[in-house]
Order: sequence, then C-alpha cells, then structure tokens
Amino acid sequence: MITVHIQYFAILREQRGVAGETLSTPAGTAAALYDELRTRHGFSLPRDRVRAAVDESFVAWDTPLRDGQTVVFIPPVAGG
Amino acid sequence: MFLISTEPLDPAALQRTLADAHAGACVTFEGWVRDHNDGRPVLALDYEAYAPLAEKEGERILAEAREKFAIVGAVCIHRVGSLRIGDLAVWVGVSAAHRGAAFDACRFVIDETKARVPVWKKEHYADGDTAWINCATRGDHAAAVKS
Repeated sequence: MITVHIQYFAILREQRGVAGETLSTPAGTAAALYDELRTRHGFSLPRDRVRAAVDESFVAWDTPLRDGQTVVFIPPVAGG
Repeated sequence: MFLISTEPLDPAALQRTLADAHAGACVTFEGWVRDHNDGRPVLALDYEAYAPLAEKEGERILAEAREKFAIVGAVCIHRVGSLRIGDLAVWVGVSAAHRGAAFDACRFVIDETKARVPVWKKEHYADGDTAWINCATRGDHAAAVKS
C-alpha cells in the first residue's frame, strides 16, 4: 500500500464532494487509482476522457505511483 | 508570461508589458463571456483551474509559439472565479516585427490554450440548470451535468 494525496477539480470535485483527500491505496499506477476511485465514487467520466497528473506534471496512465505523491485527474478542459 | 488570475484582467496594462522597440505589430485576442451556448441562454460562468499545471502547460504553449513563429513577445492570462456576461475570461497578446507572425501566433496560443490547459468552465443557464462544458457522458448525461 502507498499513501497518495489527491486533488479534485471541476466535475470530479463535485462528484467526490471534497476538493482533496489523502488515502492509502493498493493502486500501482494512476490508471488503477482512477479505476478504484471511479468505482467507489461513481465518477461519470470514463478513464479515456480523463488525463492524469502527478506532482504537477502530466503523466502516462501506466506511470508507477510512489508513496507521498500528489495525483490530480484532469477532466476534459474547457478554457477560453 | 502565462498566468491564471483570480482578479479582473486589465487589457491596457497587459498590452503595455509587450512594448518592445523590435515590435512593429501587436495582435490581441479577448475571450468574453457570452449569453448563450448551444442554443441555451447562459446567465453566468464559473471558471476553475489547476493553477500550477495550467501555468506550466501555458508556458510550454508560449515557448512553442516562440519556436514556430517570428515573434517578440507573448502573454496569456486566464481568469478564474465567477464571471458575468461580458466579462473578460481570457486575454492573449503577441508582439512581432511583422503582423503575419503576430496574427498566426495569437491564434495558435488561444487554440492550444483551449485544447490543453487545465481550466474548466461551468455554465449556469436561465432555466436553473448547470453543466461542466465538455464533460457530458452518454447514458448518465443528466446525472453527470446536474448539480
């Protein structure tokens, strides 16, 4: 198990009901963590509509997670 | 300079940051909050950003613009928070020796910003409904976008 910090934005923040949390997870990758959280909280967005960021950089879904990292899942963007 | 701002934007002050003796052209783009989207009356917008990553990705876009086009300076500022109709949501300014590069780079910066920078927009409609733009999903559309 590792402990990671998660920040939520926009539709994911609303569906989770909090802006952030720290949790222990068996997830070894950002993909596994999103799948775990989506199942637990009923996120509407499938993983292929979302991007992952770790410690303020975009990462590939299969990037291994390490203890203490901050993970942010990026819903489809809509600036401008 | 690419920034996320919680404060209203001042186009005149922003444009002055681009002043340069090498520049013979300055092209600016302003994104305003409009009162409709996809045929629905819109009353207001909430913008939200993951600011550290937004500014990092935005700086990458400006660096790409400097590589692709012969420009002198480039600035983009995106507002976050609750905005009303007519408010300035995003400002892009590009200076260059000649107008062609300034027009092309300005277009590039706003297009890439809309496509890549982690900023989200929630529309508030006249009928009381709300929606996060681009986040609707088939099947659970109503549950996904209503709050």
